[in-house]
Amino acid sequence: MNNASILVIDDEVQIRRLLEITLESNNFQVTSAADAKEGMRIAATHPPDLIILDLGLPDENGHIVLKKLREWFTKPVLILSVQSSEEDIVKALDNGANDYLVKPFRTGELLARIRSALRSAVDENDDPVIDCGDLQIDLATRTVKKQNEIVKLTATEYKLLSIFAQQEGKVLTHQYLLREVWGPGYINQSQYLRVFIAQLRKKIETDPNRPAHIITESGVGYRFIAKD
Amino acid sequence: MFFIKSTMFRKLSSTYQLLISIGLVLFVAGGCYAFEDYLGYRVVAFILLLTVSLVAVVFDIWPVLFAALLSALLWNFFFIPPKFTFHIGDAEDVLLFFMYFVIALINAVMTNRIRKIEQEVQEKEEKAKTVKLYNTLLNSLSHELKTPVAAIVGASDNLLEEPSRLTEDNKKELVSSISVAALRLNQQVENLLSMSRLESGFIQLKKDWCDINELIYDVANRLNEQLKDHQLIVTIEEGLPFYKLDYVLMEQVLYNLLYNAALYTPAYGDIRIDVKNQNEKLYKLNTADSAHSQLKKEIHLLSIVIEDRGAGFPPTEIEKVFDKFYRMGNTKAGGTGLGLSIVKGFVEAHNGTVVLENVPHGARFTINIPAETSYINQLKNE
Repeated sequence: MNNASILVIDDEVQIRRLLEITLESNNFQVTSAADAKEGMRIAATHPPDLIILDLGLPDENGHIVLKKLREWFTKPVLILSVQSSEEDIVKALDNGANDYLVKPFRTGELLARIRSALRSAVDENDDPVIDCGDLQIDLATRTVKKQNEIVKLTATEYKLLSIFAQQEGKVLTHQYLLREVWGPGYINQSQYLRVFIAQLRKKIETDPNRPAHIITESGVGYRFIAKD
Repeated sequence: MFFIKSTMFRKLSSTYQLLISIGLVLFVAGGCYAFEDYLGYRVVAFILLLTVSLVAVVFDIWPVLFAALLSALLWNFFFIPPKFTFHIGDAEDVLLFFMYFVIALINAVMTNRIRKIEQEVQEKEEKAKTVKLYNTLLNSLSHELKTPVAAIVGASDNLLEEPSRLTEDNKKELVSSISVAALRLNQQVENLLSMSRLESGFIQLKKDWCDINELIYDVANRLNEQLKDHQLIVTIEEGLPFYKLDYVLMEQVLYNLLYNAALYTPAYGDIRIDVKNQNEKLYKLNTADSAHSQLKKEIHLLSIVIEDRGAGFPPTEIEKVFDKFYRMGNTKAGGTGLGLSIVKGFVEAHNGTVVLENVPHGARFTINIPAETSYINQLKNE
């Protein structure tokens, strides 16, 4: 999956340099743009495998850039933002961003997010069994095993877990999860989500208070991590 | 008391002040006129003078001058014989009249001047106080921001200029000190941003149902590194409901308190977190919504207690720890003096309270927040 091409759109030269060095030393091909106009031009002429987009660009609002990109660009877009405004992040995710990072970010975190986004873009999962280290989720037989023992899940718990597992590594917003599991009428009923997250953690996590699989993204949603 | 009253009067518009002065002088002169037989016109002069002096204490200069002039004319016209003329018969009375007029004027001007000087002194004192506070804040802030910057600049200079003279271990150490300093700087910036959000006065809470268990452990896990030498004992009441709170703000409240506790508790000491639902229902929400929903909508008091095994706080300092930029003499590096005032601000934004007290072997922070609760978490599995 390496040698994937990445386009960085960020107006800060220091951040561009940092990303170029970090990504190139991890065998990615990097091009970068300092504003929305140039970014859109490069994205159109040399479509990359992934775009890292800063929300605060000088010439155009990042949310609008994202919307325009999403009209034709189907590969992963990762958002960078300075302020950890949850509303901003949720809005970007709703507009089709695959993931987000808040500056300052750790390099390890950045690479993990990029790899996860690229992975989910590549594999069109034929294998019905999703392997998550100590946890196996078989989408064909709808069974979940933890350390080779079958975990009994209710229908709702299973639905929630299968949504998580199929979008491993990606942050899923509260609204998205509520809509997918309970339906559009429930997007404000976050208490349901809290109940089932707690129940699911009790069943699949080794220590439910230190979850290794279902990670809380404060004020935004949850992220499912496959490996411990 | 009197001062408060006079400033209150002075806030009245000058038209009002003038009307009130005229009214008062007319009223007093009328009263004197009724009892003139008992008083004698010379005593009346003193009574009127007293009235003008009182007006001078509370009002601005122009209404006072006007009152002085008016009272002099009234005295002349109604009291000095021959009455009902401005003519003064007696030479002694002429002198008296002019003396009255001059005393009234001096009274008005002097009182006003004294008041002005008093005001200036007060303003100066306040300004000096503000400057002193500002300097303290600036000192504390520049220290907290510049220390990590100095570490970053120094370490990177070393790496840039003399890489050949450094051993691999030294290089690693320098790089890691850059990393630590940068994270510390980031923490300070976060705190300053939170503080300015609070100062701006409009923090909009994004309230949503919170699982307190999730909240507490989420924060504890983020502080894994700082808590690795401590024993964290979390006791959460069985069957705790969900509360409607701003998760992100509450996370920062608990983070700051727990971070503090970890910083001041010696290694291997315990830090306790106790969470309880104060069961008295504060009040019930009778919304139309709750009628057909199976949710009970009630406001309960959520109580979170964080107790450390540090040195506690000197009793004289307890009042001040929530003040902005307040740092005690023995404060360890890494704090901004903002952490606890952010705690207070965010808790108060939830209409809650936070109290600090010393307990044997440490300090105890108690947070009480009234919040809407939901017991849906006790429903049977679907």
